[in-house]
Amino acid sequence: MTGITTGFGAWNPIAWLLLFLGVVAGALFLRRFGNKQYKKNTGQTKVFLSGNEEPEASALHVRGAHLYWGFVDGLSAYYRRVRALHTGLLSDYVALFVGTLGVVLIVLVLSR
Amino acid sequence: MNALLHHAPVLLVAVPLLGAFAVPLVGKLGSGLRRFFVGLIALLTTAIAGYLAASFYAAGASPIVYVLGGRLSLPSGMVAPIRIMFELDGLSVFMMLITALAALAAVLYTSSFWKERSGATLKDSLMLLLIVGIFGMEMTGDLFNFFVFLEITSIAACSLVGFRVWNGRSQEAAFKVMTLYTLSGLFVLLAVGLLYGQYGGLNIAYLATMIGSGAALVDKIALGLLLTGLAMKAGAVPMHMWAPDAYGEAPGAASILLVANSQASLYGLFRVLFTLYGSAYSPQSLAWILIGLAVLTIIVGVTMALVQRDLKRLIAFGAVSQIGYMMLAVGVGFAAMTALQPSDFGFVALQGGLFHMINDAACIGLLFLAAGIVIRRAGTRDLQGMGGIAHDLKWTTAFFMLGAFALAGMPPLNGFASKLMIYESTFRLSPVLAIVAILASILLLAVFLRAFQAAFLGPRTEPTDVMRPVPISMLVSMGLLALVVVAFGLFPGFFVDRIVTPAAQALWSGRDAYIQAVMSGMGG
Amino acid sequence: MTLGQVPFVVSALLVVIGLYALLFKRNLIKMVIGVSIIETGVNLFLVTVGYRAGGQAPIYTYSDPTTLRVLPTPQALTLTSIVIGLATTALLLSFVVFIHRHYQTLDAEKIKELKG
Repeated sequence: MTGITTGFGAWNPIAWLLLFLGVVAGALFLRRFGNKQYKKNTGQTKVFLSGNEEPEASALHVRGAHLYWGFVDGLSAYYRRVRALHTGLLSDYVALFVGTLGVVLIVLVLSR
Repeated sequence: MNALLHHAPVLLVAVPLLGAFAVPLVGKLGSGLRRFFVGLIALLTTAIAGYLAASFYAAGASPIVYVLGGRLSLPSGMVAPIRIMFELDGLSVFMMLITALAALAAVLYTSSFWKERSGATLKDSLMLLLIVGIFGMEMTGDLFNFFVFLEITSIAACSLVGFRVWNGRSQEAAFKVMTLYTLSGLFVLLAVGLLYGQYGGLNIAYLATMIGSGAALVDKIALGLLLTGLAMKAGAVPMHMWAPDAYGEAPGAASILLVANSQASLYGLFRVLFTLYGSAYSPQSLAWILIGLAVLTIIVGVTMALVQRDLKRLIAFGAVSQIGYMMLAVGVGFAAMTALQPSDFGFVALQGGLFHMINDAACIGLLFLAAGIVIRRAGTRDLQGMGGIAHDLKWTTAFFMLGAFALAGMPPLNGFASKLMIYESTFRLSPVLAIVAILASILLLAVFLRAFQAAFLGPRTEPTDVMRPVPISMLVSMGLLALVVVAFGLFPGFFVDRIVTPAAQALWSGRDAYIQAVMSGMGG
Repeated sequence: MTLGQVPFVVSALLVVIGLYALLFKRNLIKMVIGVSIIETGVNLFLVTVGYRAGGQAPIYTYSDPTTLRVLPTPQALTLTSIVIGLATTALLLSFVVFIHRHYQTLDAEKIKELKG
């Protein structure tokens, strides 16, 4: 009753959750074999940045506009065109609206 | 059938309508009383909706017809029914539940947000009016009334968008949205006029029987006008430009009602396609128009969300892309239904698309509400200037993350359940559609990870005392939506069987029942 | 083209004129006028649809019961639509007033803070 079938596959969140808990338990179990002999608050637990000092946390925070810079730059040809459509000019919005209406009407009138 | 149940459909419109116009009066007596009154109206409306839905499903989900007006007897002996009616089938009741959920969350959220601002009374009035309009659109069985309720939602929604008159951007957004809404309303009215001129009626069921004899050119033009006008109001690309402006500039609680409003327009579109025209005129090209718009909506919505720096515009573009999923699923369902040999995957597609509507309302609502708090806290809407919200606002962070994961389709949350149904049914029509949907979903997760990382993680930026602690009513409102997200995620089968399947059935095979419910009692 | 078709042509023309104003005018007030003209066109269409040659107004208290009467639905629709049109026009104009207050201009080309 909790799951759904899609005619092609099935999905049961309760079963998924049980499996997930099982995997988490397994991971925690494996973690128990870790080495506990390390020395706390020494160089052993510090971030290693090629021997450089670790900067302040505030200097490390990637701001919103910088994330995915590479992805957006790779698709810059697409983004240039799509962003150019969002002109902010009301007439353009109306033109797109009326244009879509025209296309829809033509397709409907031509189809059976 | 008892009196309350009998009159429930009209009460659902009458109670918030009376409430909307009583709010200014009650507001004179004090802001505490006003907030209590608005909350009471919202609770009452939700209770009526819940009661109506419960008895509707208990009675086997057969259409309910509520008639306003009666019979006109002329001296010449001619008797004509002069009346307008509400008609509720599985789809209407399902949409009504979505609206009730959104309305309750919005009113709860807003009750503390505006305590200190001027004009809170008017905002409460407008929100209740918007709720009236949405309920009316979803319940009416009359095409002209549909137009009237459409205009009520337009006016109320745009007034809410432009509510902050001290802010130029909101006025700009409100003007653009209002112009486009009015234009789409006029196209719908033109279509209504065309259909009236052709068949001399306005009742959806009556018109459906008349069109049943084959579609003329006038029918096609009316269909085109209705389809484009309603798709515009739902926010389908390339007519989505108003959506980020409206969602972005509206106050937090109004954004969720605007989402419900878009979904009501989508409901109108489905009603026109499946009930008004349905088997009478359903060329495959129509399904492909819908699918084409949907694919564009998904791709453009999600890619534009990726590059937004304004948090609310980012979520708004996410909301646009989700409208695409619903249109895609229902388009695939329409294609499968109207094919020479109807195939069962179409029904699964319809189920998935409709299930996604309620999931989307809950997830997007959660995101908008959380974003409202974040923006107040950070004092800016620019993601570039935010950071470290998670240090202070634990619950808001959790709710935002829940909403983002659910919307992006992470198991075991509700978005995954509905998207899985959409993927596995669209795949059967064309694998390309499923691939586009899945890739866009992954991209959507990336979009919200970016928003989450920028706004919530990182070091504190200029800690202030704004929104600390977050008012209880806001947390309760978000908690309500979060509960829906988790419950629908963990027990999808339960909800799909009870509320989604009757709605999908109404689209798949409910046209005759919808027509019969009205036409069998034509004399009275 | 018969005389009866003229109103249909005029209403179509009004819609086209209104769309022209929306598409090619850059003054916000003129755009609102465009919306209003489209509204008039649609209303004229509704009234025309309701016209029946030889029909009488359906006020039947003192009239001859045997004459043909027009069903008043389209007229009712038009009245409703005019009222709604008044509300939308007023709202649009009030937004224009506030836009002018904030941007100091009515040129649509300059009111583009929300884009991209």
